[in-house]
Amino acid sequence: MNTGTPLVEMNNMSIAFGGVQAVDDVSVNLYPGEVVGLLGHNGAGKSTLIKILSGAYKADSGEIKVNGTPVTINSPRDARANNIETIYQTLALADNLDAASNLFLGREITNAFGMVNDDAMEAETRKIMARLNPNFKKFGSPVSALSGGQRQSVAIARAVYFNAKILIMDEPTAALGVHETQMVAELIEELKKQGIGIFLISHDIQDVFKLCDRVSVMKNGQLVGTERVEDVTEDDVLGMIILGKQPQRAA
Amino acid sequence: MSQSGTAETAGTPAAPPQPKGFAALGLDMRLVGMIAALFVIWIAFAAFTDGRFLTPRNIFNLTIQTVSVAIMATGMVFVIVTRHIDLSVGSLLAVCSAAMAMLQTQFLPDLLGLGSPFIWIITIICGLIVGTAIGAFQGWMVGYLTIPAFIVTLGGLLVWRNVAWYMTSGQTIGPLDPTFSIFGGINGTLGETVSWIIGIVLTIGAIALLAQSRRAKASHGFPVKPMGAEIGLGVIFAGSILAFIWVLNAYTIPERRLERMFEARGEVLPEGLVMGYGLPGSVLLLIVIAIVMTVVARRTRLGRYIFATGGNPDAAELSGIDTRMLTVKVFAIMGALCAISAVVASARLTNHSNDIGTLDELRVIAAAVIGGTALAGGIGTIYGAILGALIMQSLQSGMAMVGVDAPFQNIVVGSVLVLAVWVDIIYRRRAGL
Ligand SMILES: Nc1ncnc2c1ncn2[C@@H]1O[C@H](COP(=O)(O)OP(=O)(O)OP(=O)(O)O)[C@@H](O)[C@H]1O
Ligand SMILES: [Mg+2]
Repeated sequence: MNTGTPLVEMNNMSIAFGGVQAVDDVSVNLYPGEVVGLLGHNGAGKSTLIKILSGAYKADSGEIKVNGTPVTINSPRDARANNIETIYQTLALADNLDAASNLFLGREITNAFGMVNDDAMEAETRKIMARLNPNFKKFGSPVSALSGGQRQSVAIARAVYFNAKILIMDEPTAALGVHETQMVAELIEELKKQGIGIFLISHDIQDVFKLCDRVSVMKNGQLVGTERVEDVTEDDVLGMIILGKQPQRAA
Repeated sequence: MSQSGTAETAGTPAAPPQPKGFAALGLDMRLVGMIAALFVIWIAFAAFTDGRFLTPRNIFNLTIQTVSVAIMATGMVFVIVTRHIDLSVGSLLAVCSAAMAMLQTQFLPDLLGLGSPFIWIITIICGLIVGTAIGAFQGWMVGYLTIPAFIVTLGGLLVWRNVAWYMTSGQTIGPLDPTFSIFGGINGTLGETVSWIIGIVLTIGAIALLAQSRRAKASHGFPVKPMGAEIGLGVIFAGSILAFIWVLNAYTIPERRLERMFEARGEVLPEGLVMGYGLPGSVLLLIVIAIVMTVVARRTRLGRYIFATGGNPDAAELSGIDTRMLTVKVFAIMGALCAISAVVASARLTNHSNDIGTLDELRVIAAAVIGGTALAGGIGTIYGAILGALIMQSLQSGMAMVGVDAPFQNIVVGSVLVLAVWVDIIYRRRAGL
């Protein structure tokens, strides 16, 4: 693999907040059917990097290509138009609305009169939740009444429902139980088979080794390096994260 | 909010037991509480006034006194739901009222001739434009310039009140156009027959809505309420609507006024004829606005985005919602509703006075908050705000009727506001909202 045009290329991305250079000249890419893990210490700039791709932030410099074509992503709408879906670390749910309203927020199903069709949206939500988290039953409650894991499954359902080509997952399993984490792992495998590319941010190195094809490690806003998981050991990656040093090449 | 991620892994939970009796109606308990509070207030005042408080005449007056604040309160729900506040509504009402008064008494008669049948409609359209434009302008300052709404509208409170003063040189402007004055209440009632027809149309509409919602739920295989509860709800709705119409029809037009009405048409009052006032036009206007605003809140994307933005502005933005433009729209709606309230308020007095709408911002905010709108944003209902306005007005009128001294009236109303919010906080905590 890794031949042909990448699904996404982010070249020389930089962004600063006030004096903080949150992302500093970082380049990463992603191929169809591939999972790329983004690793790094807290505050390394992982979330900021992917928020540029999802339209939440505008980069100071750098170039984004989707399927080899340069694109401008100035807003979350632009990202969605490029089939980029995101599960944010903060989940980005409106706590006062129910699961269906959150799932379809910004893309409501409407009837012939342009009126929001809540029943149709709930029916769709029930369908996708049956696949992702069959134990989920709280369709009538605002998401503030859900557990952390249930909220996370709503955020995952929202990203998966709209047939994303590029999926960004920022610590998608942080609040999930063992069983639900397993289901997300299976989901990632299934999405890979469909040719979807996934950026996965996680602090769990074992998970990353299990699910990812490549890892990109960031430290203090800069890219330490990108490696194929079969070429490195967990210790190598830990060294990259903590010390920012390149793994020793065996010849 | 529990953070335990494994809570839902334990087997499929058993279906919740079907609620029985009153709970089966599935009513919003907050709404039930407010209606109960309203009834307690009414019965208490009736007891202190030998029943005078609950005569058709007083209920009629109560409704027309509530309309102006209630109309603005529906818009304030949207403003507060999006985590803003509008302190300028009373002044905005005044500036719209002043503009409309000047138009219909000075400029338009010169232009179109005194008594032209177009004066009232052109006046109202211009008033709406003024209100909407000022609202949108304030919304633009809040949304795009990111000046806090509290400051923008606090400034607006001073600015617009004094713009109104300047426009009219502080004078009372009147009498207003007779057609325009129809929107004031007592000068524009619909009579018994039309009122009954409207009551029946509203009843049929309410029942059709219940049936349609049940069918839609059933067609998707969602759980529905037991049929008995649904019928019970229909009976409650129909009963309340028709009882309301019946009370308004029971307030009869005094004989002398009736005589004059017939004289004006060149007829003689038939012996023993009794006619009820029926539904005031201003109350019908409020009903229409309540329905439209409820549809906007619940059934349109705009409403969905208003609530989403109030619940989590960042999430709304990340979902592609233009929250800045949304702010402009919310304040523009508020401005338009201030203009409509200006029509009702000035028409009720049949003139524009310099102090019209003074302190209305407090009444409107209080009505929305008593009606369950959370200042933290994201939560609020249109019907709650209208009920809140009715509760406030009931207290005010009731105390006036009982003969409570003016300072005590305000002390009570202020205390009730604080008490109501406290009760609401406790309720929400208990209900886990
Ligand atoms: N909106 C913002 N305004 C100012 N500084 C920010 C903002 N967002 C992020 N930063 C800063 O940018 C840096 C990178 O933050 P980022 O959230 O990308 O880290 P992260 O790698 O996702 O960390 P974590 O593992 O804790 O999620 C941090 O120093 C953070 O303080
Ligand atoms: Mg992060």
